[in-house]
Amino acid sequence: MLFIKCPYCGIRSQNEFAYGGDATVKRPQLNKEISDKEWDDFVYNRKSLRGKHLEFWHHISGCRQWFKVHRDTATHEIFKTLKPNEEL
Amino acid sequence: MSQEFRLANEGLIDRSKKISFKFNGKKYIGYDGDTLASALIANGIHLVGRSFKYHRPRGFFGAGVDEPYALVQLIRNNETIPNIKATEQELFEGLEAKSVNCWPSVNFDIGGINNFLRIFLPAGFYYKTFMWPKSFWYRIYEPFIRKAAGFGVVTHDHDKERYEHKYEYCDLLVTGSGPSGLASAYSAAKNGAKVILAEDKPRFGGSLLTSEVNIGNQTGKEWADKIITELKEMPNVVVKNRAQVFGYYDHNMLVMSERLTEHLPKSEKFKPKQRLWYIRAKEVVISSGSIERPLVFGNNDTPGILLSSAAKEYMKVYGVLVGKKPLIFTNNDSAYETAIEFKRNGVNPIVLDSRKELSSDLINEAKNLNIDIKFEYVVVNANGYRKVKSADVAKISEDKTKLGKIENIQCDCICVSGFWTPTIHLASQSGGKTKFNEEIDAFIPSQSKQNETTVGSANGTFNLDDTLKNSFEAGYQLSKKITANDNKQPVPSVVEKKTSKHDKFWCVPLPKGKKYKRFLDFQNDVAVSDIELALREGYRSIEHVKRYTTLGMATDQGKTSNLNGLQLVSNIENKVVPEVGHTTFRPPYTPVSIGAIVGREVGKHSKPTRKSPMHTWHEKNNAVFVDAGLWLRPRYYKRGEETLFDASKREAENVRKNVGVCDVTTLGKIDVKGPDAAEFLNRVYTNAWLKLPVGKARYGVMLREDGIVMDDGTTTRISENHYHMTTTTAQAANVLSHLEYYLQVVWPELNVNVVSTTEQWAGAAIAGPKSRDLLQKIFPEVDCSNEGLPFMGFIETKLFGVYARIFRISFSGELAYEVNVESDNGNFMWEKIVELGKEFNIQPYGTEALSTLRIEMGHVAGSELDGRTTPYDNSLEGLISKKKDFIGKRSLQKEAFIAPDREKIVGVVPLDKKTSIPEGSYIVKDADAKLPNPKLGHVSASCWSVEYNNPFSLAIIKDGKNMIGQKLYALSPLKNKSIPVEIVSSHYVDPKGERVRS
Repeated sequence: MLFIKCPYCGIRSQNEFAYGGDATVKRPQLNKEISDKEWDDFVYNRKSLRGKHLEFWHHISGCRQWFKVHRDTATHEIFKTLKPNEEL
Repeated sequence: MSQEFRLANEGLIDRSKKISFKFNGKKYIGYDGDTLASALIANGIHLVGRSFKYHRPRGFFGAGVDEPYALVQLIRNNETIPNIKATEQELFEGLEAKSVNCWPSVNFDIGGINNFLRIFLPAGFYYKTFMWPKSFWYRIYEPFIRKAAGFGVVTHDHDKERYEHKYEYCDLLVTGSGPSGLASAYSAAKNGAKVILAEDKPRFGGSLLTSEVNIGNQTGKEWADKIITELKEMPNVVVKNRAQVFGYYDHNMLVMSERLTEHLPKSEKFKPKQRLWYIRAKEVVISSGSIERPLVFGNNDTPGILLSSAAKEYMKVYGVLVGKKPLIFTNNDSAYETAIEFKRNGVNPIVLDSRKELSSDLINEAKNLNIDIKFEYVVVNANGYRKVKSADVAKISEDKTKLGKIENIQCDCICVSGFWTPTIHLASQSGGKTKFNEEIDAFIPSQSKQNETTVGSANGTFNLDDTLKNSFEAGYQLSKKITANDNKQPVPSVVEKKTSKHDKFWCVPLPKGKKYKRFLDFQNDVAVSDIELALREGYRSIEHVKRYTTLGMATDQGKTSNLNGLQLVSNIENKVVPEVGHTTFRPPYTPVSIGAIVGREVGKHSKPTRKSPMHTWHEKNNAVFVDAGLWLRPRYYKRGEETLFDASKREAENVRKNVGVCDVTTLGKIDVKGPDAAEFLNRVYTNAWLKLPVGKARYGVMLREDGIVMDDGTTTRISENHYHMTTTTAQAANVLSHLEYYLQVVWPELNVNVVSTTEQWAGAAIAGPKSRDLLQKIFPEVDCSNEGLPFMGFIETKLFGVYARIFRISFSGELAYEVNVESDNGNFMWEKIVELGKEFNIQPYGTEALSTLRIEMGHVAGSELDGRTTPYDNSLEGLISKKKDFIGKRSLQKEAFIAPDREKIVGVVPLDKKTSIPEGSYIVKDADAKLPNPKLGHVSASCWSVEYNNPFSLAIIKDGKNMIGQKLYALSPLKNKSIPVEIVSSHYVDPKGERVRS
């Protein structure tokens, strides 16, 4: 079980959190004309990396904040956690 | 039988407390402090089971967790528990145990015939023997194998014992209380670290209980006792015996099972059976010790053959002789300790040492005690079936390939020692790397991945002096890192006997013309010949060899067999062991009760139960409940002998005719507040929200980014910047997470807050043509007319003095209202509605009637919004705004979503107006078409239309709009039904929606 540092609450056990997907994907702006490919890249296409991965987690049984986790998908090592507006 | 193998004085048992127990129905006596194994051996019992495959007689091989043979079925508190190791089960008054895998009895086992059929049962025999005819597998082969193989029997009864879970945090977790564990725990605890010390046995001290050493002018055991006493008194230390750390998981979380009552007779006072500890440790010291390796020779699985360390432990801890004519077979010095211990207890052992004559402290001591030692001698074969009677021994050549003349030595036990295997399971589970140490012919941890340090013999350090030095240092350094304290403990001086180098020899060659079975894996009956066969058949990877031959599998996970197996594979392949590598160590290290893993979360405690404030009223009024997520909702209110069908029909009819009331508390409710709330809703929902006036509700649909409908519900503008959103019961939690994601991550510039208010409000839906009259009675001060409270209107008011919200919204398609009050007032509201509704013939209705009403109205719900359908599929195109952007809009342009023959919601009526259509049925053009019959769609929901008094269903079918009026078929292969149907509009009742507006 992972030990995740919520940027708002501190270190908590994995069972308080829900995984929230790739955090490098940016939602296209509203009302903006975009190609099918751009949209598909946003909705579907993911790299499914083995190694370092920036991803969203949701502190669902805690403060209910979404935040970013920089984690190694193979070793589960967590390098850093960030608030949604922070960059690596 | 008296305990004729019990020594007069030796041991740590309490001879003043006699304990009687039963094994295979026969009564025996042992002492307090015995294990079932030691008590049986004291009574001369060595035959305790039959082997897995050949049903060969099984005795004892070890004295603890490494035991591969002595698995018994324990009967305790009228429950039967399989897979209990007799070497771990402590004796208690009235204990009852039975042998496993034998019928009719352990002495005469019919399956023993397999031993003679063994040429037909080689490695992989499952794959070779039982392949054809194919139909025989389920009917004949599998039942037969299941009966013949396996250990123990599980019952179908519930486990009545209680198991607990505990979460703990510590600076240092120490796994094992041998010299290395005690030293590191003590050193760290003295330096201020919060320490947990776990020992799987009842007694602390590990090898110190049986070795002849001195630490700081005390015996090893005295020193261990002193350290444990001191540790137990320290407030920063938790010391646990009968506690096995069995798994090392990510981020330094380890799991430990603590046995609390299995060593006790049933007591009146309640105590849990086991406690599972989830321990998050900053640092871990792995001090799990090592396990003696067997030597391999003919029929080396005969009862009476056991590890020399186990024989020593039985004498020194339990005061029990494993035999009175012992033969000791070794390739190293440690078995000499066993020989000396026999001699001290008045028994004359014979030692066979595979090495060339050499000397060391231990060997010299044995020589001085006149112990008969034969160097360069090996055991070739053990004779005896149910118990070893004699051994064929021979001189072995220096290159260990040629045997001299076979001699026969009478003996009643053979104690073997093939040197030591460090227990590296936890270190390996943590993800750390291992390396092969040529000095000790075994793997040791090399590179840690997590914060763990392995010390003592688990790390391949077999002398006490180095072990203590390293462990004191490890405890000090690790605690210093955490506490920043600097109290270093002095390392006590050690007196121990110097040992000489062990022999790499481990497997005795077969004498000419003999085909003795030489076993590697004692639990799974894997012999040298099985591994040889597997390699001849082309298996190379050690992981494949393991699966094909079952080497190292089952409950002991190869604790005694792994390294010998690897040695054999590397010998045959002309490789060295590190080239072959080892199989992966996975948790658990030793079997764990399923009950312990589940803990308290069983039965109704497996999940929380959510009840509405009106639950007690529903119970009193004969509600039959249904699970709706975690909620319990009334499905129908049973009157007399009514069936579900009768009751739901009655309730639905009453709504259409008079008025009904339904508990809608479970609907998800979310408060949306803030100056940008309208803009936010406008982005979340597919329809327009900016112009919704205060005091009005609106129906909305929200999509996922992929264009699929996520949820629907009504949202009401309570005040300028305050909205009350409702979701379906099932999607409430997901919708909240979804909204939070967009507010926190995607559009943080929006000034909006969302919070769940599901539990804060109790809700009652009042529906039916007489609902307005009833509402006026309940709220006399409110203008309930169509003008005063129009469709989709909202007002705040008082219900007999308590704050209430009235929403004029309808799910049933009738004139309807939803009243919300604060949860605490829910029951008060409900009772008032029922009381005042009497004159209008009010009846409560459950989810079944609710479904009927919405289905015949063509309102979509969870069975249509099933995570696969778009708003178009559900005929919700009227709610798709063309002017604004919203979540998922771009996906609605997808070719597949706008294809002309895209599936669409329709109504389905059976032509005979009688046959109900099972939900999930296929809609097809031709009922008798060749399979696979092209499917047009499926039936999503079915009901008995109370309006028309015939069955009605909703279906989602290809090109649905153009199918209306067509005669098709509904097929249900599950129910074996083929029903001719007509496709109609999904809005079966009141298609113009006049009633809700009336």
